[in-house]
Amino acid sequence: MAEQALSNENMVAEGFSGIAQDWSDEKQAFQVPWGKAMMWIFLLSDTFIFSCFLTGYMHVRMNTTIAWPNPSEVFALTVFGAHIPLILIAIMTFILISSSGTMAMAVNFGYRKNRKVTAALIAATALFGLSFVGMQAFEWSKLIEEGVRPWGNPMGAAQFGSAFFMITGFHGMHVSIGVIYLSIIAFKVYRGDYDKKDNYEAVEIAGLYWHFVDLVWVFIFAFFYLW
Amino acid sequence: MAYVALADREPELSHPHSFITKYIWSQDHKVIAIQYGLTAIAVGVVALILSVMMRLQLGFPDSFSLISPSEYYQFVTMHGMIMVIYLLTALFLGGFGNYLIPLMVGARDMVFPYLNMLSYWVYLLSVIILMASFFVTGGPTGAGWTLYPPQAIMFGTPGVEAGIVLMLASLAVFIVAFTMGGLNYVTTVLQARTHGMTLMRMPLSVWGIFTATVLGLLAFPALLVSAIMMTFDRLLGTSFFMPAIVSMGEQSAYDGGSPILFQHLFWFFGHPEVYIVALPAFGIVSDLLSTHARKNIFGYRMMVWAIVGIGGLSFIVWAHHMYVSGMNPYFGFFFATTTLIIAIPTAIKVYNWVLTLWQGNIHLTVPMLFAIGFIFTFVHGGLTGIFLGNVVVDLPLSDTYFVIAHFHMVMGVSPILVVFGAIYHWYPKMTGRMYNERLGQTHFWMTFLGTYAIYLPMHYLGFLGVPRRYFAYEGIEFIPESAQDLNAAITIAAIFVAFTQIIFFANMIWSLFKGKKAGSNPWGSTSLEWQTPNTPPIHGNWGDELPKVYRWAYDYSVPGAEKDFIPQNTPPSDKAPETNT
Ligand code: HEM
Ligand SMILES: [Cu+2]
Repeated sequence: MAEQALSNENMVAEGFSGIAQDWSDEKQAFQVPWGKAMMWIFLLSDTFIFSCFLTGYMHVRMNTTIAWPNPSEVFALTVFGAHIPLILIAIMTFILISSSGTMAMAVNFGYRKNRKVTAALIAATALFGLSFVGMQAFEWSKLIEEGVRPWGNPMGAAQFGSAFFMITGFHGMHVSIGVIYLSIIAFKVYRGDYDKKDNYEAVEIAGLYWHFVDLVWVFIFAFFYLW
Repeated sequence: MAYVALADREPELSHPHSFITKYIWSQDHKVIAIQYGLTAIAVGVVALILSVMMRLQLGFPDSFSLISPSEYYQFVTMHGMIMVIYLLTALFLGGFGNYLIPLMVGARDMVFPYLNMLSYWVYLLSVIILMASFFVTGGPTGAGWTLYPPQAIMFGTPGVEAGIVLMLASLAVFIVAFTMGGLNYVTTVLQARTHGMTLMRMPLSVWGIFTATVLGLLAFPALLVSAIMMTFDRLLGTSFFMPAIVSMGEQSAYDGGSPILFQHLFWFFGHPEVYIVALPAFGIVSDLLSTHARKNIFGYRMMVWAIVGIGGLSFIVWAHHMYVSGMNPYFGFFFATTTLIIAIPTAIKVYNWVLTLWQGNIHLTVPMLFAIGFIFTFVHGGLTGIFLGNVVVDLPLSDTYFVIAHFHMVMGVSPILVVFGAIYHWYPKMTGRMYNERLGQTHFWMTFLGTYAIYLPMHYLGFLGVPRRYFAYEGIEFIPESAQDLNAAITIAAIFVAFTQIIFFANMIWSLFKGKKAGSNPWGSTSLEWQTPNTPPIHGNWGDELPKVYRWAYDYSVPGAEKDFIPQNTPPSDKAPETNT
């Protein structure tokens, strides 16, 4: 059995039967490093956390006794005399998506073992992340100034502020942790740790986390700001 | 894609030298397992003592005034929460999962030992936070283990000052600990099995623990989110779960929230949670039955698919806990249907256990007694579950002692019997010594019969309509006076069972020093943990070379074989014929 399986190694079937073959064989269920598999599983679990937050928020929003404030009004800014709805959020979203781009490039350069460019791109990603958090802080303080609190606000249903601070706060925490995480990885790349091991998989694993945080934001954007 | 054989990668093991790094800040999965196990059992004893206090009150309301009504609520809550989460979940996954997974799949350790160590210390922190709530002003929360708002955080509920906050914090910390451990268990099973150990050759214990861990990773998020939201309601004054309420003549500051949302989130966690506790027990009991009946498990593949199927279904039945909460009737129909469908894979498992015993060469060792006892209690509890799964039957029975009896049989007594069986079964491997047989047998019979004496009468109380979570029943007209006699009898049985456990602890401690040497494989077991070069296994488990697996874990009494078992790492030969797995 064992010998037979070993000699089959080049005959990997495609598609669904390939998966079945992988899973029934005496090898790793996923042909990826341990750390990467673990990150995938963690992100699946984290997906459930965010899904619970979002479904909870939607349920609360549909059940309030007082009308929900109109997000495109609440999140409008007046720039140079022009009143633009959701402008800050649009910029934040744009920045976060760009950061996913630099991250993807970093992973690519990591595969080519280009130490300096990889480190620089990860650092750039972290900076994008940092500016996202900064703008979020600005948004928070603006709303707080306008009287929005977790327990109430002048625009409508109290749950608006509750859900806003809770969900963007939880996501912002993910971004902040990501910024720290990426800074550490950037430093290690720069120091040459992964050249020594001849293995840049840590960059890709960090990338998975970052793309996830980014993807979650798209859902928050859609469900909280656009609805 | 490049082929990566399982055993080609190995975790980076630390090589500790001092006592402290070996036994306290240890990264060895076996030491972590024992730390988890001992901590869980210690809190379990606290929960047991709480239940005895409650029983004394219920059985002899006039003779004892040990506890006040508020304390009764607090004890109910702490008892339930500790038993379900801090004892059973931690013991099955943190304890047995940690000990058995690497040994049974032939790995040197979990894939990330350091994370695994952190998991234990964070778990300990959650236990400390929980226990701290006994000492704060107002005491622990008395909200019931389901923590339903609004009452959980309303003025008038005991522990609303600090206890509820500590409870929610402790749960959140526990979830962090569980996630760190759980990621390790899942990744180890998927990625770090040894050569030849295909998924379909794994012992069912590993399948049960693995599936339960996956359930945990997907179900605990709902509890985490509800805990965060409730903490905000309590501390920040948000109203996620809190409608406008007038309490004690005063209008509360809350407005517009939805208590039903909490119930959905809680039970989206809560129902899978019962299977987080049950599936490891299913897996372990299968291995105990097969080993001690010297017969292969009946329908191995069916058993695996039943575990996976139950796991999947357990995510779409949660609202059967909410039939009386007020739901769209169509929901009741849907959830009753899915609930009853779960009974099918469950029944398959029960039939297969019984068929495994059929014509087996049954050795009535202590682990076997506990395993057979489990079949009885589980069938019993499962059958009452089918009653409760039907909306119209549930309505009158909900919140009565019938429900108490149901879930104690099915997720209290049954998993605990498996825990005992498993401890007796693996004790020789963990310590190198044998327990005392006679004490073990006594412990089994007294516990098994004693728990029946406790829970069987409760079904009857339930039919009478005796409500659960009441401090006293005086002056309730529809409850006949004789119910009090039954309550007194139950209390006596409960005290009896509680004291019986002293036999167990005495046996474990005495045997640790005085038990006779067990040898490396006293049961003649096939699975890998019994084939380690050292007993107890040392750090790294396998000496120089990882074991190579050639067969499934159930080659017992194979015709033509030399002995009545063939270990998984025995290559096929004349004396150990190949079986078709
Ligand atoms: C055939 C299988 C089962 C069915 C049909 C079933 C059905 C039910 C139903 C309908 C309830 C709600 C009763 C009520 O509150 O009115 C319930 C409660 C409960 N069940 Fe089961 N059950 C089954 C198996 C299990 C298993 C295997 C476990 C645990 C290992 C379990 C643990 C519980 C617990 C803890 C509760 C009480 C929760 C509470 O309200 O505090 N059940 N069951
Ligand atoms: Cu349930």
